[in-house]
Amino acid sequence: MTDRESASLGQRKKARIDRLAAAGRISEDEGVSLWQSAWRRLRTDPIFLVGATIVVLFVLLALVAPWIAPHDPTARLLIDQINRQANPIPDPQPGHPLGGDDAGRDMLSRLLVGSQQTLIVGVMATLFGLTGGLTLGTLAGGIGRWVDAAVMRVVDVMLSIPSLLMAFSIAAVFARPNQWTVILAIAIIQVPIFARLLRGSMLAQRHSDHVLAARALGVRPAAIVFRHMLPNAIGPVIVQATLVLAVAIIDAAALSFLGLGNPDDSVPEWGQMLGRAQQYFNTEPQLAFYPALCIIVVALGFTLMGESLREALDPKSRR
Amino acid sequence: MLRFIVRRMLQMLLALFALSVLLFAWLRSLPGGAVSALLGERGSPEAAAELRAQLGLDQPLPVQYWSFLERAAQGDFGISNGVYIGQPAMDVFLSRLPATVELSFFAIVIALTVAIPLGYIAARRRGSLLDTSSVISSLIGVAVPIFFLAYVLKYLFAVRWGILPPSGRQTAGIDATHITNFYVLDGILTREWDAAWDAFQHLILPAFALASIPFAVIFRITRASVLEVLEEDYVRTAAAKGLRAHTIRWRHVMRNALIPVVTMIGLQIGALLAGAVLTEKVFAFQGIGQALAIGFERRDYPVLQVLIMMAALIYIVVNLLVDIAYAIIDPRVRTR
Repeated sequence: MTDRESASLGQRKKARIDRLAAAGRISEDEGVSLWQSAWRRLRTDPIFLVGATIVVLFVLLALVAPWIAPHDPTARLLIDQINRQANPIPDPQPGHPLGGDDAGRDMLSRLLVGSQQTLIVGVMATLFGLTGGLTLGTLAGGIGRWVDAAVMRVVDVMLSIPSLLMAFSIAAVFARPNQWTVILAIAIIQVPIFARLLRGSMLAQRHSDHVLAARALGVRPAAIVFRHMLPNAIGPVIVQATLVLAVAIIDAAALSFLGLGNPDDSVPEWGQMLGRAQQYFNTEPQLAFYPALCIIVVALGFTLMGESLREALDPKSRR
Repeated sequence: MLRFIVRRMLQMLLALFALSVLLFAWLRSLPGGAVSALLGERGSPEAAAELRAQLGLDQPLPVQYWSFLERAAQGDFGISNGVYIGQPAMDVFLSRLPATVELSFFAIVIALTVAIPLGYIAARRRGSLLDTSSVISSLIGVAVPIFFLAYVLKYLFAVRWGILPPSGRQTAGIDATHITNFYVLDGILTREWDAAWDAFQHLILPAFALASIPFAVIFRITRASVLEVLEEDYVRTAAAKGLRAHTIRWRHVMRNALIPVVTMIGLQIGALLAGAVLTEKVFAFQGIGQALAIGFERRDYPVLQVLIMMAALIYIVVNLLVDIAYAIIDPRVRTR
């Protein structure tokens, strides 16, 4: 890292991201590609297998949830049993194994169907953050010179604000929060991380032999960036995206907890269910416990997958 | 060394400038514009007109920005309209800062005293049951929403078993003199031991909840860093020379392995500030985090403005200090 590049602050946050970027570099001394050798390691890595199993099950659940949910998640089937003083939450009973929520809706159905919206929030926030970060990172790492300097200044300033606090502040700008403002707030704080990560790993490609060869052959600059640099630099970004999926789901819960989430609960989402359960926590903890358990398991799944992916893509850890 | 510090200071000024622009833009993009956001529901047409003139909203943007800077430099961020109605927003920050500093300090101390020894032992016994289980629990720690963990701690230790107080900073009505507003410190300074003990008990649960964030990160970085240093040639050389295990551990392994850990601590301050918003809300702990949480809930923009600004400022300054400390520990950084 040169002096100019590391200007501004959050020195160590950047160093950490750059280290991740370095981890994805191709090991040229091996006969197989990075992804092939990574896959060989992952196939037998129990941590990856556990993480991947959780993630696959979660995605499958989100796809089939409406068909396997025993009840309509929006129908107030148990509303008659709710009594504000004595019994604010319907108890578990035949047909409703997990009981109901504070509006008399079936808890199990809400959890099952909630996987859909939870997946959408996680994937969309990651996708938007990724798109923004890829654009900035490709500009900075592909073109270089003053574009690089300008883009990195912006990125550094964004990194100098505590990121979750920035998400809270962005969400607070909207008078009427909804699912998209939540996604946007979470996506924006991921942009500088993705941008810095991609730029770092693209810079590492700039002077590699295959890029020099392409340049010597007279390949157009745009083609060099998109066909020769980007595909080889994308590894660490994919690792980070996997980890961000976990963070996005947790952050959505935090936003809901602060009243900055989606106030419309007709479409259930785990983070929202958890955030809104706070008023009952000391009396009816199960209302928070079920969605929290779902979030923890799924976030753990993405984290395990991301961590093992990172290790497999890091040539240094291959001893 | 001096050049390094001067350069970092200049970078900090640049970041502060950018921060002020961001905050200015944030304030202009609030629902209903800055005037209605800052006045809240108390806004009469006259008050709105007055504030509009005061903010210079009829002036061109650069002039508006300059007057925003002038007022910010004087600590004038407007009057709270949600958390402490009628109080200057800056006073809300100043009166609540000690609580959050006290809480974050205990959280960091807990995280460090557990995470560093555990990280070292886990690395030395790589692959052992202790290693595997602590790595897995640190991964689970990342996956648990911190406010949920806080509620679980509160439910078990305060509601169910009644061992520790559920909320607040000190039992209401206790005889305590406050000098510094760091309640534990106040109790010690005035020798009101029961007040200090009471304030300390109120800190335990929120501090443990808040510590979960830096704990997982510091544990993993310590473990990775010790693993790396253990393979260094100089460690093998030291062992070959027949140095005592104790000497190798402290002078060769720990001293080098802790460098990246130091760098991590500064970064964790940011996560602590955001985590304090959630934790302090759960425990009704009267710090800046709780003020932020209430501010977000009631849309108290004058208070939010000053708190976000000061939180970012604290983060930037702490990181500057850590950068300098880092350069003192590790001379290689200076030349980079």
